[in-house]
Amino acid sequence: MTATKRAADSLIILIIVLAIWQALHQMVGDTALPSPGVTLLYLARFLPSERFFENAAATLTSFIYALFIAYGLGLAIGVWLGAHRLSGAVGEPLLVALYSIPKITLYPVILLIFGLGISGKVAFGALHGILPVALLTMSAIRNIPPVYLKVARTLHLSKRQAIFTVLFPATLPEVVAGLRIGLTVTLLGVLLAEMFASKRGLGFLIINAMQLAQSEEILTVAIVLFVFAALANSLLLWVEHRLHHRA
Amino acid sequence: MTCVGTIRLAVVVGAIGLLELCCRLEFIDYRSVIPPSEMATSLIRILSSHEIYPDIARTLGVVVIAVAISIVLGFALGLLIHAMPRVRQALDPLLATYYAVPIFIFYPVMVAIFGLSIIPIVLIGVATAAVAMIIATLNGLDRVPRVLTKVARVHRMGPLATALRLKLPAAAPHLFTGVKLAVSYGFIAVIASEFILAPAGLGRDIADAYNDFNNRKMYALILLLLIFATVVNMALHAWDQRWAERRGVRSS
Repeated sequence: MTATKRAADSLIILIIVLAIWQALHQMVGDTALPSPGVTLLYLARFLPSERFFENAAATLTSFIYALFIAYGLGLAIGVWLGAHRLSGAVGEPLLVALYSIPKITLYPVILLIFGLGISGKVAFGALHGILPVALLTMSAIRNIPPVYLKVARTLHLSKRQAIFTVLFPATLPEVVAGLRIGLTVTLLGVLLAEMFASKRGLGFLIINAMQLAQSEEILTVAIVLFVFAALANSLLLWVEHRLHHRA
Repeated sequence: MTCVGTIRLAVVVGAIGLLELCCRLEFIDYRSVIPPSEMATSLIRILSSHEIYPDIARTLGVVVIAVAISIVLGFALGLLIHAMPRVRQALDPLLATYYAVPIFIFYPVMVAIFGLSIIPIVLIGVATAAVAMIIATLNGLDRVPRVLTKVARVHRMGPLATALRLKLPAAAPHLFTGVKLAVSYGFIAVIASEFILAPAGLGRDIADAYNDFNNRKMYALILLLLIFATVVNMALHAWDQRWAERRGVRSS
């Protein structure tokens, strides 16, 4: 009952969004904003095309590499700063400061260092993703209730047992939250790099469509990206909920 | 200064010194990164020539307008959505994934509609920053103790009075998180829009300097933007801490 009700609500929202879109389209005309119908037809033709496939594959490859680096470095930094008190006290404000600078201003630097290839995209994506993963991992480790550690000591667990049966499960929910945020910002970073510093990928298609004033294509790529990000995000959100409600 | 603060300063100075050294010893190509000292001297020269000031004023002005609109609009929409749980539930997935798509890809659409003025940039800034404020408002309102709403009912306060005199202060810490996010998202959106297409502004100047291979100017302006962003964030952070102390809560 609730599930169908929720689905109905989402459907209503979708219909409202489409209606607003259609109304805006009627206000501003075809070239600025194509109608939803035209865009969906374009989407249907665009998805099976080779151009979409090639560029999506390019984006996906860079995204996976960037995610790998962001997760690896982010987790390593987070564990280090979370476990070592002095490093954490020194490093946290620095990480927060770095996290809050608009990394988009650094794109020319990335471009100059890495050039137009895939390495620049991976670097820019990873640059976005490392910090949230590191910050949330660090706070997950710091927020372990001290009583857990006492239990581990009382039970005479070995260091390895303590890590795998107490520390790891205790930090998991918050770490997964970090991984989820890291995923979306890494995707954003890769797309930004493609927009400004690449000749391939979905980001490049967007900037290309912008220059050619092909609004259908901008909207189509935006829809594809939104659906992809929404799916990946809800998958990790589902994992997070499961982890919070276990036990 | 505390011991931790000293170490932190040493880390920052060390990192800048290392970059300087690598550039001077030509481990890093001069064509890709210039030494930090040259960035600083170039920035001082640009600032003393005054010709950059209209661009600085324009960019910062747009950011301020966009962020101000976002904060007010985001809070109002947050209140509205919070009052309608079903709407909120339906909107939840949308809000959760909103930031996965770079919103400024719609900037050219806005330019086509409104022309090449500051309006499209402000709109993109608002579209990017307001949602962070909505999410923060929802989070904040969720944590308003139920006893307060009862107090409002006991005193027969109207919805507007309840929102402004009771919910706003009670949710303030979370709202402040929203403000901080709105500032940084607004900044990103404005700079990105200027990179893409704008008649003037700091983002435009950086893109031009990049296209002219004018590294000294480019790095100086990037440094300027980073200094702006860091100063604003540090000020907001300090303010946040002070509030937290006054409430007697230790902020993490």
